[in-house]
Amino acid sequence: MSAPEDGGTGPDRPREAAAFRALLGREIRLALRHPADTLAAVLFFVLVSALFPFGVGPAPETLARLAPGALFAAALLAALLPLDRLFGADAEDGTLDQLLLSGLPRGGIAAAKALGHWITTGLPLLAATPVAAALLNLPVEAWGAALAALALATALLSLLGTVGAALTLGARRGSVLLPLLVLPLAIPAVIFGAAAIEAAAAGLSPAPFLLLLGAGVSLAVPLAPLAAGAALGAE
Amino acid sequence: MGAGLAEAGGAILEARDLACLRGERAVFAGLSLSLAEGTALLLTGANGAGKSTLLRILAGLLRPAEGAVLWRGEDIAADPAAHARRLRYLSHQDALKPALTVTENLAFFARLWGGEVGRALTAVALAPLAELPARVLSSGQKRRLALARLALAPAPLWLLDEPTTGLDAASVERLGPLLAAHRAAGGIVVAATHLPLPLPDAQELRL
Repeated sequence: MSAPEDGGTGPDRPREAAAFRALLGREIRLALRHPADTLAAVLFFVLVSALFPFGVGPAPETLARLAPGALFAAALLAALLPLDRLFGADAEDGTLDQLLLSGLPRGGIAAAKALGHWITTGLPLLAATPVAAALLNLPVEAWGAALAALALATALLSLLGTVGAALTLGARRGSVLLPLLVLPLAIPAVIFGAAAIEAAAAGLSPAPFLLLLGAGVSLAVPLAPLAAGAALGAE
Repeated sequence: MGAGLAEAGGAILEARDLACLRGERAVFAGLSLSLAEGTALLLTGANGAGKSTLLRILAGLLRPAEGAVLWRGEDIAADPAAHARRLRYLSHQDALKPALTVTENLAFFARLWGGEVGRALTAVALAPLAELPARVLSSGQKRRLALARLALAPAPLWLLDEPTTGLDAASVERLGPLLAAHRAAGGIVVAATHLPLPLPDAQELRL
């Protein structure tokens, strides 16, 4: 048996990158083993989109008018579903302690979790978007804008949701608190996302709204993992 | 480990005047300890005496209300990542994912720390179960899988919280060579336990 090596000092970037990939790979593998969580979010998205035509009535113009907002509300609520287990499951079985001791900074753990959530929830929701868009009678010209806007909005929700999940970890009724914390912060994403889809449906360019959404995501990419990491460390 | 040999006999892990509060009540206060290379410390005491809490403080997972933990004279709070890299912490919980196989569970930690999964599974006699999902393991087998993390890659500090819970006599005995090799290479063991551990001439701290 070789001698125990001492950890050395300072950050160790290659090892941190390897730990990040290991954690992300594990998140995806776990999601593949438990497809029910992802499936539940996708079915929720499609079913809520299917409820609107029943409530609003079959008039195609009314439905198309509502479609952008309904699509966004359904997708963001669906993406929230798996968030309360994002850190909860790891905290209960002791994995979180091991992650905190993995040598990966806490912000890195949160970033891997956020990216894992987007890959295992955001991407499947995007795949289901054409179905939901058809149910809501969204004009086909606007589908591209809808996909682009939802890709950015779900990424933003994954990042904000990771902060919410870290903050509500260990709180009683955390699963109720989490949407109350996260959804108000997601309002700008709904406004700009729905505006992008409406612009595309009216034959205008959705680019300005998509750029604003992109700006929101670029702001959250560095800040949200830092905030979530700080919340994870606060024991 | 040239630097280690030069300091042989000196204290590597030190705790100075640690105090821990739970609510308003002090769990322990004024606790100091000093451990040299190759030593083992058993933490004993009644339930709620603070054994697990002390291990979490030594791991850097919990900040003490007072005092400091030093590694080679440096406060571990100054560089938590470096401290995390030099320790293995085995908590009450096994930190296993029931949906992953035995090999996959351990492979995640091998990617973090290095080491061979097969060799570590052999060390805890779990090699025949390597491809089974962890959810079908018995509680003792789960504990052995958690212990297999210790056999993956060397680290100078092992913090073990009730390592033998649920283990049969043969498995406890198998832990002996693992602990002995770790100590022979200069490693330190701090273990909280109610049960006898295969740790010859360990110091004991009664909390």
